Amino acid sequence: MSINVLALIGAMLTIATPLVWAGIGEVIVERTGVLNLGIEGTMYLGAFVGFLTAAGTGSPWLGLLAAIASGIVAGALMGLFAVTLGLNQHVSGLGLTLLLIAACDFTFRLLYAGERPSLDNKFRAFFPDVEVLNQHWLTYVGFLVLAPAAWWLLRSTGMGYRLHAVGENFEAADVAGISVSLTRYVALMVGGALMAIGGAFLTLAVLGSFTLDIISGRGWVCIALVIFARWRAWPVVFGALIFAGTDALQLQLAITSAFSAVPGELMLALPYLAVIGALAIWGRTVRYPGSYLKAYRRG
Amino acid sequence: MKIVLRGHEPRWLAPVAVLGAVLVTIALTAIPIRLAGANPPAAFERYLVTPLSSVSGLYEVLLTATPLLFTGIAVAIAFRAGYWNIGAEGQFLLGAIGTTAVGLGLPDLPAPVALPLGFVAGAVGGLVWATLPAWLKRRAGIDEVVTTLLLNPVALLVVQGLLNGPWRNSTSGFTDSDRLGAGYDLPALIPGSRVHWGFGVAVLVVVVTGIVLARTATGVRIKAAGQAPQAAAFSGIAVGRLQWRCALVSGAIAGLGGASQVMGVQHQLTSGISNSYGYTGVIVATLGGLSALGVFLVAGLLGDISVGAQNVSLVLQVPTQLGGIFGALLMLAVLSAMSWRRYRLQWRRRPAGGTP
Repeated sequence: MSINVLALIGAMLTIATPLVWAGIGEVIVERTGVLNLGIEGTMYLGAFVGFLTAAGTGSPWLGLLAAIASGIVAGALMGLFAVTLGLNQHVSGLGLTLLLIAACDFTFRLLYAGERPSLDNKFRAFFPDVEVLNQHWLTYVGFLVLAPAAWWLLRSTGMGYRLHAVGENFEAADVAGISVSLTRYVALMVGGALMAIGGAFLTLAVLGSFTLDIISGRGWVCIALVIFARWRAWPVVFGALIFAGTDALQLQLAITSAFSAVPGELMLALPYLAVIGALAIWGRTVRYPGSYLKAYRRG
Repeated sequence: MKIVLRGHEPRWLAPVAVLGAVLVTIALTAIPIRLAGANPPAAFERYLVTPLSSVSGLYEVLLTATPLLFTGIAVAIAFRAGYWNIGAEGQFLLGAIGTTAVGLGLPDLPAPVALPLGFVAGAVGGLVWATLPAWLKRRAGIDEVVTTLLLNPVALLVVQGLLNGPWRNSTSGFTDSDRLGAGYDLPALIPGSRVHWGFGVAVLVVVVTGIVLARTATGVRIKAAGQAPQAAAFSGIAVGRLQWRCALVSGAIAGLGGASQVMGVQHQLTSGISNSYGYTGVIVATLGGLSALGVFLVAGLLGDISVGAQNVSLVLQVPTQLGGIFGALLMLAVLSAMSWRRYRLQWRRRPAGGTP
């Protein structure tokens, strides 16, 4: 049994990329005390809108822009439910996911009725000759720009303090002159854009096509990663690598003779179980943000 | 002009809010119907009225509502107790696996033994799948929302793995299981229709649950644990244990739904057996106000629309996913309207100088 370590690392970085983008998006949202279970649907929407636009215009760049716009709209919708109306965040987030997925499936069926369309023009990877570095620019930006930027933003900037203040104690934040609603809306819209980029990465860079199982629970994985990471940026990247490493490993193992008897689907389940395992080990004593799941009403 | 909390709420307001939400939902779903090239009023007649206007249509509605009754009441029990079980989808699938396991392993049992055994196996399957998140919640305080959600894609992969491997169809070679033994066929509840005894079991489960939740001390404790866990604990209710039990019961009932769908409709395991019944169960429970009667009404409504959606997709070429759009929109709209009704617009400021 031989495992190609370089190919393994390369696959791991690619698989982790959407989780890094969407996971950091969810960290920013949850920092303000809002749980956005719309993440699964927002990633799905980003993947679909990105694909549709790129298929129509021939440009993956326009696809990415459209995906970002759709993610901002999805975040604003979650803001309407969770911030303005103060609905239960579990139920409204899940409802948003169900709505977005149904709407995308509806449109996909309407436009393509049973066809399996693919893009003529998708993002190309850099350095095709070097195994580990043969990655898309969204992977490079995700790991080398987004993650450090999010870490710096959350830790050392006024914006980061505002998010944290709202998430920990929104009455105090309000008294200090921070607008709770505005902060939460901005976080939801920025986070939604990042989630949509994570979804669009799959259609515009990796697959070049859209399938109905394209996200298949990756959004839920991100929710787990954020708790595992205790609402910090770098540990989300680390958790994404745990999921992706398990996934890349099972992809390699599945083609070795020793594991050929194991049904592939059971191997595919391993990364999800790895995340639950990581949560069970490191997620025990987490302290949730003070205003987690709460809606703010002044007075 | 500004928005202020209402001092008191008139009685007519809640029904009006729900009606308004329904109208908004109909207006919004008219957009995709129009995009699909159909005439919205004609399509809505087919979605809502046509299935109920014939006896055979009514039977189809009951058949379609059956899995939603199981998952809806399963979610309602857990939510009532403040345990956010969003894993009914996976528990439903594991119930289907459990029933298929005994149906393929012991195919020659006579119906009086096979049918109860099939339901028990389904309940055990769902219960097993609900155990890990409930245990992690109770022992380590790990958020059940995440773990129940994550186990849904895993359950689907287990189904697909079984169908690709040991349970692959031995005659066709397709990825669906062999037919279960004949003893496992649930008989028709209404002769001449496809409505099977699974509907009877679902009604029984919903009624019993409704009585327990609304009329017993246990029901009061569950409600207290869900609405005010600290106060409940202070008054001597073992909140953690109660949630643990409700989580397991919830999983078992979702598993019964899988059993009913295998033995009553498909008679084999297929990877598409769930059709998102578990997720839709969250909509059924929430729109139904976590009550047994509400679950009945909403499961019936969504069953009605989903039968209508089949009809509309055949006749007017509107994709069946419109049913999903309608369900999710209706839930969000009703929740929004019910939240909105607590506020009113205040047109004029109070006179200056008065104390507020």
